Amino acid sequence: MKKNNIKILSYFFVPLLITLAFKYVSSKPAVNDISVSNQTNEIVKTSSKIEVSEVNFNFDVKPILSDKCYTCHGPDDKARQANLRLDIQDGFYKSLEDNPNHYVINKNNPNESEILKRINSENSIYVMPPPESNLTLSEKEKQILKKWVSQGGKWEQHWAYTKPELPKVPEIKYKDWATNEIDFFISNKLESKGMTPSNLEEKEILIRRAYFDIIGLPPSLDEIDNFISDKSENAYEKVIDKLLMSEAYGERMAAIWMDLSRYGDSHGYQDDQERIMWPWRDWVIHAYNTNIPYDKFITWQMAGDMLPNATKEQILASGFNRNHKITQEGGVVPEEYRVEYVADRTVTSAKIMMGLTVECARCHTHKYDPISHDEFFSLYSFFNNVEEDGLIGYGITAPKPNLTINKKDINDDLSFVNLPDSISDVTLMVMKETENLRNTYVLNRGSYDSPTRLVKPSTPKAVLEFDNNKYPSNRIGLSKWFFDKDNPLTSRVTVNRLWQQFFGVGIVATPDDFGSQGNKPVNPELLDWLAYTFQNKDNWDTKKFIKRLVMSSTYRQSSKVKKENRLIDSDNTYLANYPRQKLSAEMIRDNALATSKMLVKKVGGPSVKPMQPPGLWDEVTGGGGGSLAFYVPDSGENLYRRSLYTFWKRTVPPPSMMIFDAPTRDFCSPVRQKTSTPLQSLALMNDPQYQLAAENLSELIFNENTSIENKIIKLYRTVTGRTPIDIEVDKLKKYLDEIKELNKIEDKIAFNSLAVLVYNLDETTQKS
Amino acid sequence: MEEIHKHFLNNNRRNFLKKAGLGIGGLALGSLLDPFNFGKETNPFASLNNNSLNLPHFAPKAKRIIYLFQSGGPSQLDLFDYKPKLNQLRGIDLPASVRDGQRLTGMTSGQAKFPLVGSNYNFKQYGESRAWVSELMPYVGKIADELCFVKSMHTEAINHDPAITFFQTGSQQPGRPSMGSWMSYGLGSLNNNMPSFVVLLSNGTGRPKGQPLYSRLWGNGFLSSLHQGVQFRSAKDPVLYLKNPDGVTAQERRKMLDYLAELNHQQEASFGDPEISSRIAQYEMAYRMQTSVPETMDISDEPDHILQMYGPNAQKPGTYAANCIQARRLIEKDVRFVQLYHMGWDQHENLPGQIKGQTSDVDQPTAALIMDLKQRGLLEDTLVVWGGEFGRTNYCQGTLSDTNYGRDHHPRSFTIFMAGAGIKPGFSYGETDDLGYNIVKDPVHVHDLQATILNQFGIDHTKMIYKHQGRRFRLTDVSGNVINDLLS
Repeated sequence: MKKNNIKILSYFFVPLLITLAFKYVSSKPAVNDISVSNQTNEIVKTSSKIEVSEVNFNFDVKPILSDKCYTCHGPDDKARQANLRLDIQDGFYKSLEDNPNHYVINKNNPNESEILKRINSENSIYVMPPPESNLTLSEKEKQILKKWVSQGGKWEQHWAYTKPELPKVPEIKYKDWATNEIDFFISNKLESKGMTPSNLEEKEILIRRAYFDIIGLPPSLDEIDNFISDKSENAYEKVIDKLLMSEAYGERMAAIWMDLSRYGDSHGYQDDQERIMWPWRDWVIHAYNTNIPYDKFITWQMAGDMLPNATKEQILASGFNRNHKITQEGGVVPEEYRVEYVADRTVTSAKIMMGLTVECARCHTHKYDPISHDEFFSLYSFFNNVEEDGLIGYGITAPKPNLTINKKDINDDLSFVNLPDSISDVTLMVMKETENLRNTYVLNRGSYDSPTRLVKPSTPKAVLEFDNNKYPSNRIGLSKWFFDKDNPLTSRVTVNRLWQQFFGVGIVATPDDFGSQGNKPVNPELLDWLAYTFQNKDNWDTKKFIKRLVMSSTYRQSSKVKKENRLIDSDNTYLANYPRQKLSAEMIRDNALATSKMLVKKVGGPSVKPMQPPGLWDEVTGGGGGSLAFYVPDSGENLYRRSLYTFWKRTVPPPSMMIFDAPTRDFCSPVRQKTSTPLQSLALMNDPQYQLAAENLSELIFNENTSIENKIIKLYRTVTGRTPIDIEVDKLKKYLDEIKELNKIEDKIAFNSLAVLVYNLDETTQKS
Repeated sequence: MEEIHKHFLNNNRRNFLKKAGLGIGGLALGSLLDPFNFGKETNPFASLNNNSLNLPHFAPKAKRIIYLFQSGGPSQLDLFDYKPKLNQLRGIDLPASVRDGQRLTGMTSGQAKFPLVGSNYNFKQYGESRAWVSELMPYVGKIADELCFVKSMHTEAINHDPAITFFQTGSQQPGRPSMGSWMSYGLGSLNNNMPSFVVLLSNGTGRPKGQPLYSRLWGNGFLSSLHQGVQFRSAKDPVLYLKNPDGVTAQERRKMLDYLAELNHQQEASFGDPEISSRIAQYEMAYRMQTSVPETMDISDEPDHILQMYGPNAQKPGTYAANCIQARRLIEKDVRFVQLYHMGWDQHENLPGQIKGQTSDVDQPTAALIMDLKQRGLLEDTLVVWGGEFGRTNYCQGTLSDTNYGRDHHPRSFTIFMAGAGIKPGFSYGETDDLGYNIVKDPVHVHDLQATILNQFGIDHTKMIYKHQGRRFRLTDVSGNVINDLLS
């Protein structure tokens, strides 16, 4: 099939075409099907047979073993069958327990390897995985295992558990395109796949992208125009520097941190009454804006209360570990819930800092990753000494341990706490160790009433040994362990999340799972380079790191999809162009508020209650809920604050956020869904908040003394950041005329209808 | 032809959906672009992303379900599980041997005595099946031969929040998808202008300030948010933001959508972003819902004799009775899963008075709904489930007087009933002991019930899985058995 033929077909039939193409062209990799490998393995699919070239254990083989074998032959010794494990080196080369002449991998005679005989058997008793597991191996997976065994069946340590070294920056063809090291890694990968990076994005699109990514707000028309007219070499860098200095930067970063730290303004269970944690949120904004190094940022949140001569600010930061839900349901067994809170802290901290699903090891040893049941509770024990209650009474907004911040504290050190004038002090939850430390026992099945063995504070060995000589056995020690030079995960997990913030998908697409079942890094050298650099060169300086990301040509590329690249990499995994993405829930609403000039740019303070449809709270609270039984919207400027300040009642979260894929904040969420739903369309068309924005903006623009075309262009540019092309202006003009005709209304009202249309454009809710 | 078609379709889908399962919008696109179905309207709710599940696994009996959830824990001992012995032993302490280590809620764990108490209400046997039903539920009694009572339900949780969450999601802690979301994910939609999972709420008059609900009970958990339950409310806007703003006509909306689509297509050509088409489809679906939802909610075309069937509250929006009519209308529109919640069943005290309010809310409408479905031929493939999150104790909470008592939560045994869609009618399953405390025959765990419900939809509950954070999740977690004895 010739290239020309491909070109003339519409874009959308490309996938079909690819399928056809691979029936005939056997020299190229089948892009549709390389889900297993992104490293070394190229799979050529012919009509009947799959051939596999060189395979890599970590990237090709381990994912199969983990997903299809580890449930019975993995780390969990209680579930292990035939005393065979395929998660450690020794498991592969020994003879079978019940048949000593047979070897899992027979190095002398690969075809006699039991592993291959089993997976290829047609005998339902003999075949692996067994039919009752509901797991099967695809032909491709079998071929990969076969190839691996024939290559010698070499085992390697899981990629994420060896510490990142500084990789050599690779040579590339498109040197002129590159701005910094990131681009060398990206272009190198693209070149190896037969792709080319894209040209730099047009200025008006690029500036909107950077604004949303760094401060979560759109640029004003003036800001766009200034950037376009600034022809100096460092025009873009000046914009970036300005954004990183803006207070809105801290708000944007805090919004992401609130998902991770499951922030809420209510306790979350049953009657779900009000809690006060907003001063902690104000601290997060402040910490980002003052660019506290990441190691300190985390240490204060993990152990601020325990630091020598802890300041009020450090104690306040420790509120992070109290953001979990707390029950007020009268009948519960308090210890059952206290155990939940400790487990939540453990899981949240592990997810954020280690990118591992340790929660699986609460009931039994992890099925896939080297985290034993005991190790879960060793980790748990760091968080098990809080002087807290499992069950709290009604009306308690900050159950103990807590911290009260008064006007004097604010004047002295805590100026970032935005206490309203009408209130003299505020009390929020923080961490504090019990006088006598609790013994931590491994809980059978994770259940509060089944304590078994005593364990000591420690961390999963496979990641990095917890050296008791080096670290104290408490949360300070845990923080030190997170930031140990030899910890292989902290830097990788952190840079990966920052990458996700700017590129939509992490280099590891599962930021919460760097284990066996998680995705592999699509560009491992880049991940390690970034991790090493952030840790050792930037010394955990977040702003410096972000600047590195956004200054790269990779980030500044055009978002236009090039068909020839899409043919090879349909998902844009390797970033041959900037990945166009939907704006977050906060951005969608904030964009409407900002572009219509309604946004109130006030930082911090108690959460606010903007307009929401009446009745949503009281129809489920059943009369309970205390101060949160009924939703009473605020008035005045609180209606138009940035969305991160919207009051978060966990059992009935704000619809304007939930409809656009915000998480419930019941637990730590490192990734948001990116869906399109009819409910989103309804909200954008009919939510009074968007109506009001359209009204406000259309009135501002319509009253200007200029042509209708200019007004249309200005409206379009204000909302989407882009100057519409002539066809678009013509269409909008035509719409205006038709609406006028249809409704027999004057220009001004029709112009409002036009504004509603523009706020509903796909482009408005996307970041291109 | 069929094979090739499938092959192309799958390829199409896979291509758009690969990225960590996030490109949900692409689903709608996948079908939109299916050249063999081109032009056919699609329902973005419940667009299928389950090719690997091969659903249904076997021939289904049920197409739709109405789950009448009685939130708070209705007292089985005052409604269905007839225990005359408790009346004889009234005031006698529950023997510790019977309690057998059962943990108690904080509301009665401090109680010195656990005096047994029978029901204040009389029971009688109904129909050919001779099912025992209390005088509080005469309408339900009259249709007993249509019903399948499970008197041996048991659960693990002893408090509302974890217990309801367990029933709805298979796990006590929040975060998993609700049953309706699982069905939407596994089976997709039967219609093209409604969500496939709809939620209706009502307050009980027996205990108006009862236990709350939480929107996560109908949440999609880790599944795509297209599968979340959509609340239909009795408010001005039955679905959030459904109504056009005042002064905006349907014609104007239509025009806006047409222009919107044109301009978005323009963008599509310029950016080459395949998601744009799917977002256009979302707007079209939203537009269709603007007509279909109010049409369904408007009961003015219901004849009097039908309204009368559902009882005096049938025309009062937001009541259980009105919601039962809505449920039937939604089923007629081929909504897959209609989830009702009726609150107020938490009778810790003043049970005799409160429960009367609750039963007067639900008795007649529940029976009417089942018979109404039946007379329309819908009961054959519509499953109806009635029940709460746990039962209530056989001993009194608080002070036992001659006429008054209360009951605490009881996880060890309680009753639910089902009807329709291949469930055995006129049948009672399971037994509790003479004191109505422990199950003595045929226990049914929450996961067993969930497995059985899924089974009626042609779903093997061990095979409808979703991989999230490396683990394969299912509604029934790691347990559950289909109770074949319940099937006709």
